Amino acid sequence: MSTAQSRYRALTTHRLFWPVVVLVALVVANTVYRPGFLSVQVRDGHLYGSLIDILRLSAPLILVALGMTLVIATGGIDLSVGSLCAISGAVACLYISRQPDQNSMGGVLTALALGLAVALVLGAWNGVLVAVIGIQPIIATLILMVAGRGLAQLITEGQILTINSSPYKAIGVGHLLTLPLAIFIALAAALLIAAVTRRTALGLIVESVGGNARASRLAGIRSARITFLVYVISAACAAVAGFMMTANVSSADGNAAGLWVELDAILAVVIGGTSLAGGRFSLGGTILGALLIQTLTTTVYAMNISPQTSLLFKAVVVIAVCLIQAPGFRARFTRRRRVPAPAAAGADETRKEQVPA
Amino acid sequence: MTTTSLSPGRTWARLPRRHVPVLVTLALLLVLYGVGVSQYRAFSNVQVVFNVFIDNGFLLVVAVGMTFVILTGGIDLSVGSVVAMTAMVSAFLLREGWPAALVLVVALLIGPTLGFLMGCVIHFFDIQPFIVTLAGMFFARGMCTFISDSSIPITDGFWTTMSQQRIGDPSGTFVSISVLIAFAVVAVAAYVLAYTRLGRNVYAVGGNAQSALLMGLPVGRTRIAVYTISGLCAAVGGILLSFYTLSGAPLIAVGMELDVIAAVVIGGTVLTGGAGYVFGTVLGVLVLGVIQTLITFDGSLNSWWTKIVIGGLLFAFILLQRLIGIRYK
Amino acid sequence: MTGSHPVLTMTGISKSFPGVRALDGVDFRLFPGEVHALMGENGAGKSTLIKVLTGVYGVDRGTVALAGEQVSFTGPMQATAAGVSTVFQEVNLCTNLSVAENIFIGREPRRLGAVRWGEMRRRARALLTRLDLDIDVNAPLGSFSLAIQQMVAIARAIDIEARVLVLDEPTSSLDTGEVAQLFRVMRSLRDDGIAILFVTHFLDQVYRIADRITVLRNGQLVGEWTTGDLPQLSLVEKMIGKELDVLERLDEQPRRDVAATEGTPLLEARALGRRSAVAPFDLTVHAGEVVGLAGLLGSGRTEVARLLFGADRADHGSVRVDGSPTSLRTPVAAIARGIGFCSENRRAEGIVADLSVRENIVLAMQAARGWLRPIPRRRQDELVDRWVRALHIRPADPEIPVGNLSGGNQQKVLLARWLITEPRLLILDEPTRGIDIGAKTEIQRLVAQLSDGGTAVLFISAELEEVLRLSHRIAVMRDHELVTQLTNDQSVDADRIMQAIAAGAAHEGVPS
Repeated sequence: MSTAQSRYRALTTHRLFWPVVVLVALVVANTVYRPGFLSVQVRDGHLYGSLIDILRLSAPLILVALGMTLVIATGGIDLSVGSLCAISGAVACLYISRQPDQNSMGGVLTALALGLAVALVLGAWNGVLVAVIGIQPIIATLILMVAGRGLAQLITEGQILTINSSPYKAIGVGHLLTLPLAIFIALAAALLIAAVTRRTALGLIVESVGGNARASRLAGIRSARITFLVYVISAACAAVAGFMMTANVSSADGNAAGLWVELDAILAVVIGGTSLAGGRFSLGGTILGALLIQTLTTTVYAMNISPQTSLLFKAVVVIAVCLIQAPGFRARFTRRRRVPAPAAAGADETRKEQVPA
Repeated sequence: MTTTSLSPGRTWARLPRRHVPVLVTLALLLVLYGVGVSQYRAFSNVQVVFNVFIDNGFLLVVAVGMTFVILTGGIDLSVGSVVAMTAMVSAFLLREGWPAALVLVVALLIGPTLGFLMGCVIHFFDIQPFIVTLAGMFFARGMCTFISDSSIPITDGFWTTMSQQRIGDPSGTFVSISVLIAFAVVAVAAYVLAYTRLGRNVYAVGGNAQSALLMGLPVGRTRIAVYTISGLCAAVGGILLSFYTLSGAPLIAVGMELDVIAAVVIGGTVLTGGAGYVFGTVLGVLVLGVIQTLITFDGSLNSWWTKIVIGGLLFAFILLQRLIGIRYK
Repeated sequence: MTGSHPVLTMTGISKSFPGVRALDGVDFRLFPGEVHALMGENGAGKSTLIKVLTGVYGVDRGTVALAGEQVSFTGPMQATAAGVSTVFQEVNLCTNLSVAENIFIGREPRRLGAVRWGEMRRRARALLTRLDLDIDVNAPLGSFSLAIQQMVAIARAIDIEARVLVLDEPTSSLDTGEVAQLFRVMRSLRDDGIAILFVTHFLDQVYRIADRITVLRNGQLVGEWTTGDLPQLSLVEKMIGKELDVLERLDEQPRRDVAATEGTPLLEARALGRRSAVAPFDLTVHAGEVVGLAGLLGSGRTEVARLLFGADRADHGSVRVDGSPTSLRTPVAAIARGIGFCSENRRAEGIVADLSVRENIVLAMQAARGWLRPIPRRRQDELVDRWVRALHIRPADPEIPVGNLSGGNQQKVLLARWLITEPRLLILDEPTRGIDIGAKTEIQRLVAQLSDGGTAVLFISAELEEVLRLSHRIAVMRDHELVTQLTNDQSVDADRIMQAIAAGAAHEGVPS
């Protein structure tokens, strides 16, 4: 059947085909290794099980990665998200720890608002550096990546700031309708960002700026505003993720909270099929990428391998995904030989512009 | 025949302009030191300066390697992990009873090999250095814990000698052997950058890779070479670190790549490539070291101020580079 | 200069690319001690010939002989080693390195592997003195003007004992004084016996420097003349060709009536200009008027368009829209005044290849509304559907990525992008270049319809017939200067425009 064949081909060439295959393979491997992996039990009216754990643990990464998706779609990158997680978590925990009643709902909400506000200001700082001053994104956000850790430790005064607030704790480990609250928060954020990008023209304009900055300018797009905006959105996502991370352990550690989450987030975005060069983005792909990474981590954990060693697997995944995406790699395997003429290679090269130039 | 003299627009501004970042760093260093001397009597002790070198010798070596990479417009995120892996492998092999000389050779081979492989992937498959070296960072850090989850102490005689040997007056002013090694690395790197074809090609590739290609320069070979050099420097840095701590720990030097990049930028090397000096990197490392020393001396300030100050300096220097228009691209 | 043997002989060179015959049996010869201009319009085959000569391309048929010996270079490096050096329009040097290094990098004088800086500087100084250039060889190249950089590139080229020096449009970004200096250097090299192959779009320069001229057209050799034997007008004729192009076969549209030019002009530019892009010019466009912008490639037509659209910032002059002074500093400002612009560079500055046809079409309208006010999907589909049908965009599926469309259809998508914004002035830069004849006719008809509907069009094309057919008024560009404006009545024909292009203004170009 030719239609079946072409359908098969359409399936295998879909950009999310391989991520889905890897995810399924991981789940299968886990189930073989530990037959109880797939089982979900009801305990105290809550659902428990490895799959639920993976979902819950991947929530912060999903949040950060969603914001990162927009930044990367404009052709930028945000290295500061890990530090922002630490800062916003620290601000919220600090405020709560100063409250006479740490369980007061009003106090917790104020704390969240404060943490978010600080993150937004820092996101705006990134946005100004990239969109107004025109510093390369990777360098501009490196500043806050370095200084942000210091700021977070400054807020917690180098201590691990422990709080005892059940409303705050609920963000990380609470339940709603038998499922962990974190899942709902991540889901809500995903829906919100999807709505903001796809119900308005933001998504189109972000993709246009990332896809062809020069053409976008000539079409009348004010790319600086959009670029600024995506860094603010990214910071907001990082803030919520920071709340979740600190709520998980009921404490804020300026040093460890959100450590390396920026790298995982970038990885999730890339696995999800959004090109690092900018352009088309896929929020669904990013969520899939984040789930894949968390499943990988959990798998490594479950197999009694040191969690740090999971980095080895990540390294393999990064290289594999990038190679599959890289035009240079594809070209090697579709063309027999490269054009030897260096001048011709130069003329053919159509590199995408940095946003904004 | 008339000889036309067409001098550049702003002759008066030209010479300083090239050296402004390095001069600013030098001035900053002197100010910091001045502040230290004026605030704390002990600061004027020459040994304080030597200690800065002793404490940061490995950082200096790694930063020299990073200077090569950044000069070509690339970046190497793997250095911190490679430092840790080198120390870890050394400690592990020594514990296994390998002879020190053989351990040194093996440990020094790992970094450059990884660097070479990363350089090849970057060049042949045209993948961003950021991502490739990120994978390298994951790999090397993963290897660390793969070798051992916990710190491995080093008791080897050669290592302890290198660690404790004091050169100079052992009771007064002295430096460690690591400092001498670091200086040797700096000298060799400065020579390579200034006086060899490889060095000049590094600048050309960082200035304009496309032009370099058209001028017939070996762009690909140069790119691969700088990541190999960076890997070698990270390996040497790892050995120096293992001299310093007499152990290999899986989580040592986490985030060191950021300090290294910061030192290189503060030292006046332009992150887009093509301009900068090893001497500037030395100054950059010293600035970081002196800030750390100042904060230690102060006692009321805490270690996290180091990061905040480094971030602030990073911002100031990136802004400075933009303001004086060192963007040759 | 003649009488000796040619240093370079190219015989019967043919080169095809998929679908295009770039060179068809071209002969070319170059004598030592001459400046030889290679002329031709865009697509005539000049750059292909140079790339064949320098080994970037291999040939399908034909031979290249250097000093009587047949050669076949595999790349520019090999050509350079054999004595054929090329200096490109874009200075391919490293601006962060010193002047001396740029001349010698890759073959620095060395002792025991170490670069001998003193020796290198000394030799650089000696070499530059030969080019009448006294500059600090230690200074970074980027601190010098483009002209000096160009000269340093030449110094690098001739240091390798060059016998043939190829200068590919070296003057396109130089001002008058800089060009004069470059010419001095070229003459002195010529007197040293070096053969110089000079490619330029500036007719004046050809007559100032070239000893001989070879003209290519459509990949074929038109002929070779000594400069004195070929008056400017003939040169233009040879380049453009007198034969009527395929357009003649289309249903003849009547020469269009001159639109009413009374009343306040829609757009009025006074002494608008930008240094080293286009000399100050005056241009007026009325509603419903089609103004053609004629001139050879590189004559500054695109630069005029970009200034009017705010894509580049003018540093001279003023603009009025509807009689009131305004500033068109950014595309956003120009779009707000009802101006649209289709760039000649469709891929780099027009389409966003990853996005769908629909998204590309609504892009400008959406940008004007701001991202918070999305165009409802139903309205998008309506608009897109209407214009996909009206412009016969194929394939008619608006959801496929625009990068998959043919050039002509991409051009129509760009037109649709602006048409849905209902612009009052549409600037079309080479809208018909490189697209098939059917699409070409459709676009021409569309321009006429727009004009009838009251939209003004600034129409830029290298094809005179096309400009003549569509325009009410024709502005002629030459050497980055708007030299004359003609009302397109019975007295105007292709000859008249060619004369204008060839003769230029009465006065010599004033550098801005």
